[in-house]
Amino acid sequence: MTHFTLDARRLLCPLPVIRTQNKIKTLQTGDVLEVICTDPGANHDIPAWCRIHGHKIIDTVVEEDEIRITISVDKR
Amino acid sequence: MTSKRKAVALISGGLDSMLAAKLMLDQGIHVEGINFYTGFCVEGHTHAIRRKDRDKAKRNNALWVAEKLGIKLHIIDVIEEYKDIVINPKHGYGANLNPCLDCKGFMVKKAYQWLQENNFDFIITGEVVGQRPMSQRRNTMPVVARESGANALLLRPLCAHLLPMTHPEEQGWVERDKLLNLSGRSRKPQIAMAKQYNLDDYAQPAGGCCFLTNEHYASKLKDLWASRGERNYELDDIMLLKVGRHLRPRPHFKLIIGREEGENRYLEGYRRQYTHLKPISHIGPLALIDGTPDDDDLLLAARLVARYSQGRDADQVRVEISEGSHQPHTLDVKPLADQDIPQEWHV
Ligand code: SF4
Repeated sequence: MTHFTLDARRLLCPLPVIRTQNKIKTLQTGDVLEVICTDPGANHDIPAWCRIHGHKIIDTVVEEDEIRITISVDKR
Repeated sequence: MTSKRKAVALISGGLDSMLAAKLMLDQGIHVEGINFYTGFCVEGHTHAIRRKDRDKAKRNNALWVAEKLGIKLHIIDVIEEYKDIVINPKHGYGANLNPCLDCKGFMVKKAYQWLQENNFDFIITGEVVGQRPMSQRRNTMPVVARESGANALLLRPLCAHLLPMTHPEEQGWVERDKLLNLSGRSRKPQIAMAKQYNLDDYAQPAGGCCFLTNEHYASKLKDLWASRGERNYELDDIMLLKVGRHLRPRPHFKLIIGREEGENRYLEGYRRQYTHLKPISHIGPLALIDGTPDDDDLLLAARLVARYSQGRDADQVRVEISEGSHQPHTLDVKPLADQDIPQEWHV
C-alpha cells in the first residue's frame, strides 16, 4: 500500500474527477489516494465516480476553502 | 459459449443517451459510458458558481446517469483537441457557434479509439433522427458514422429502424426487433419510456448540451476572437465567458465584473493572472481586465467598476488596482453615470 496525493486545487468540475480517474489508472488495489480540491462540486462528483468504479472513500475533510478526499483504490 | 458483447455508450447526462444505454443493458450487453469534457459543457457546477444556484445542481449529470444505470463512466478531457472543432468546423456552425456535426463526428471518433484500446465491440449513442437541426438529420447521420471511422460499428438504438443495418445487428449481438424507430423533435416517447423504467429526475438541459448553442455565450466568444485578431482560446478564456458581466469600453481591453458573491469568489481565483480592480471605500464587485489597458483606460475601468458598487451614487469611490507583481495602487473616481455606459459596451 502506498499513499499518493493529487493536487486538484483551483480546477473546476469535472476536471478534479478526470484527474482522479487518470491517477487511479496508474495505481494498484490497496493504494490510497488523497485528492485536494477547492471546487465544492468535487465533493459530490469524486464520491459518485468512486461508487461507480468500486473504490472506497475512507475520509473526507471539508475545510474553509479546501476539501480533502481520501480514496482507497479497489480494482478487483 | 460466447462471451458478453461490449458496447461503449456516449453518455451526455441527458435522457436520450441514458435510454439508449438502458436498451442495450436490457439485451444483456455489457455497457460502459464515455463522456467528453470540452470546456463548453453545460453541467450543474458551472451554474453553481452563482450563490443562488449553489444548493441545487451539485451533481454531474453523466455520473448520475451512470450510477442510475449501474455502469462505469469514463470522463475524457478533450479540451485541447476540441479547439480545432470549434475554430475550424468543416461542416460549419448551427444557429450560434455550435459545430454540432463536426462535434458529433469527433466524439464518435474518440469513442471509436477508446473502443479499440479497450477491446469493446461497438458504439452506441442516444441520437434520434430529426431531433436536432444539424447533427441528427437522416442525411447527416451517415456522415458521423463515416467521418468518425466507426462506420457500421455505430448503433443508434433509439432510431435504428430508420437507419441501415449495423454490424451488431447483422451479427445478432443485438436484436434489431427490440430497437426503436423514434424520430422528430417530440420528447413524448422518451418521457414515457423514462417513466416505465422508473428513471425520473433526469436532466433536461434547455437548448443543447453545451454553451456554444447559447446566443449570449457565442457573442462573447466572437468578441474575444475579434479583439484578439485570431480565432483561438485557452481554457481560462472560455471558463471566464461563463461568468460575470462583460463590458468592452475599448477594443483593446474588456472588464469582467462579478455580479454577485459567488462570481466574485470565482473571479478571485484569477487574480494572479489578470489586472484586477476592487472598490475599497464601498462594497463592490471584483473586476478582471482582459487586454492591455493604459493609464487612461484604468481610470475609465475604475469608474465603471465604481458604477457597479454600492457607491454608485456617491461623489467618489476609492478603487484598488492590482497589476501583476506591482504593489496595488488606488484611484479615487467618480462612478460613471448609466447614460455614459453605451449599450455597445455590453458584450
Ligand atoms: S450542442 Fe455542443 S456538445 Fe452538443 S453536439 Fe452541438 S456542439 Fe457538440
